[in-house]
Amino acid sequence: MGNAVVAAGLRKAYGGGDKRHVALDGLDLTVPAGTVHGLLGPNGAGKSTTVRILSTLLRPDAGRAEVLGHDVVREASRVRYLIGMVGQNAAVDEILSGRQNLAMFGRLYHLSGKEADRRADELLELFGLAGTGRKPVKEYSGGMRRRLDLAAGLILSPRVLFLDEPTTGLDPRGRTEVWSAVRTLVEAGTTVLLTTQYLEEADQLAHDISVIDKGRVVAGGTPDALKAKLGGDRIEFVVHDASDLAPAAALATRLGDGEAEIDEDARRVGVPVKDRVSALIALARALDEAGIAVEDIALRRPTLDEVFLTMTGVAA
Amino acid sequence: MNTVGSRLGWAVRDGWTITRRDLTHLANQPWQLVVSLLFPIMMVLMFGYLLGGAMTVPGGGDYREFLLPGMFGLTMVFGLERTLIAISTDASKGVTDRFRSMPMSGSAVVLGRCAADLLDSVVVLAILAGCGLLMGWDWHRGLDQAALAFGLLLWLRFAMLWVGIYLGLMLPGPEMVMAAQILVWPFGFLSSTFASPDTMPGWLGAVVEWNPLSATVSAARELFGNPGVGGDSWAAANALPLALAWPLLLTAIFFPLSVRRYRRLSR
Ligand SMILES: Nc1ncnc2c1ncn2[C@@H]1O[C@H](COP(=O)(O)OP(=O)(O)O)[C@@H](O)[C@H]1O
Ligand SMILES: [Mg+2]
Repeated sequence: MGNAVVAAGLRKAYGGGDKRHVALDGLDLTVPAGTVHGLLGPNGAGKSTTVRILSTLLRPDAGRAEVLGHDVVREASRVRYLIGMVGQNAAVDEILSGRQNLAMFGRLYHLSGKEADRRADELLELFGLAGTGRKPVKEYSGGMRRRLDLAAGLILSPRVLFLDEPTTGLDPRGRTEVWSAVRTLVEAGTTVLLTTQYLEEADQLAHDISVIDKGRVVAGGTPDALKAKLGGDRIEFVVHDASDLAPAAALATRLGDGEAEIDEDARRVGVPVKDRVSALIALARALDEAGIAVEDIALRRPTLDEVFLTMTGVAA
Repeated sequence: MNTVGSRLGWAVRDGWTITRRDLTHLANQPWQLVVSLLFPIMMVLMFGYLLGGAMTVPGGGDYREFLLPGMFGLTMVFGLERTLIAISTDASKGVTDRFRSMPMSGSAVVLGRCAADLLDSVVVLAILAGCGLLMGWDWHRGLDQAALAFGLLLWLRFAMLWVGIYLGLMLPGPEMVMAAQILVWPFGFLSSTFASPDTMPGWLGAVVEWNPLSATVSAARELFGNPGVGGDSWAAANALPLALAWPLLLTAIFFPLSVRRYRRLSR
């Protein structure tokens, strides 16, 4: 199979004169068909700009981009039949019901009235909205809106789906709902390009990740490769007596995934771990059995800021 | 596949889908229509009965006969709010972007808006006219002249549509929309809707006389055979051509501006 999305040297600046702001500064991207690609970056990195160019909403200043072999500028109307686009906010009509929304979008995708209604029912079923399909969207929860939004992006069963921060602003439950919906799509063979600010989300869903910052790709690879590069999760704990530091570090080294480090002044021990939760439980139990009093214990994972510090050498 | 004929066909079909969306809004919240009618009806009652006794009509005549065409015109101008809110809500919620990422006809969004808002105005005018008839207002120069008057009112509404689309694309977000709504007020009230410019200080009278809304209202009064503002200024004597020209001018300005603004969304 070929590539579903190819972008080369994309550049885009907003505004002019003094207000000119470079959002994309030569961005390259390749997404093989049938895979999920995560665009990971902090706020303002250029994620939305990239997605908006690829979904024909915005013209790049330079560079070129193709979706399934069609140029997104010259063949924009062809591309629009092949893609689904789910933007950063839930772009649905609040006054219409979920079903009325999907039926309207279906007609605008040039399905017949009957086909549009049938497709609306199918999608409501698929996204667990069949029971609430006739309620106005105003009464939906954040997670339900997002799922409806996703459903609207899938009316033509697009071969390529763009998702811009699909779970930002959702509670954990809404997030899980959206994740499982995305997984279902991928099983059906859809190529997905999704943007996120969360390493965890990219890790959960994506086969490949491009880390972007200031409009350029600064790192790329599989989630595992990236995490290895960054250092993964750590457990850190503070012991009550400084005399316990040495035995505690020995325990941590045995149960963790690497050499434990000691911070004498803070009476703190830190150790990298692989399986975060079971390592935490095992270590807490072992410390307790050894009679070592612990004042504080916590799981730490690299924050996105630390990721960017590692990747770019400058704070994001 | 992309012949002019089929493109026009899709524009009409997609436009109708957008219009239907608006009609569905109406079906989902029928009280919304009642609320939007409350304002003009209350104004008519207030000015017609509460203050009407104190108002004199130039050259004599019934004040309510004078007032009703004014209220029709004012309602057309305030219709701007409806267009503004619809366009701005879609833009800020990302619905406009969703439309733009779909293979639907680009002009359909505007075409559909146009049809929906004009349809709404026809309904509102019909209801207001019904209220007017109950209050003793009537047309006296035949149905054809009355139809022409309603046509002129809708022509003004059509021009306000483009102003609304332009401002709606310019002002994403509810706060700005509120501000714009307030700015419509002076335009609506500095007109001959409630009183004749003759009765105002000279400079104000001139402003009021040249207000596009005054032209439409004066022309409508003439065509309905209702008492008018009188006076012998050029604007008063030429209400009919002005009522045609003003909306044409507004459309000539705001239609290209709206199109340009819409195109700029991709920049
Ligand atoms: N319409 C716009 N006008 C001016 N600047 C913009 C516009 N959209 C985005 N930007 C700027 O471009 C940069 C990239 O934005 P964006 O692509 O939205 O980033 P992200 O989605 O990664 O948060 C940001 O600095 C943002 O402020
Ligand atoms: Mg963004």
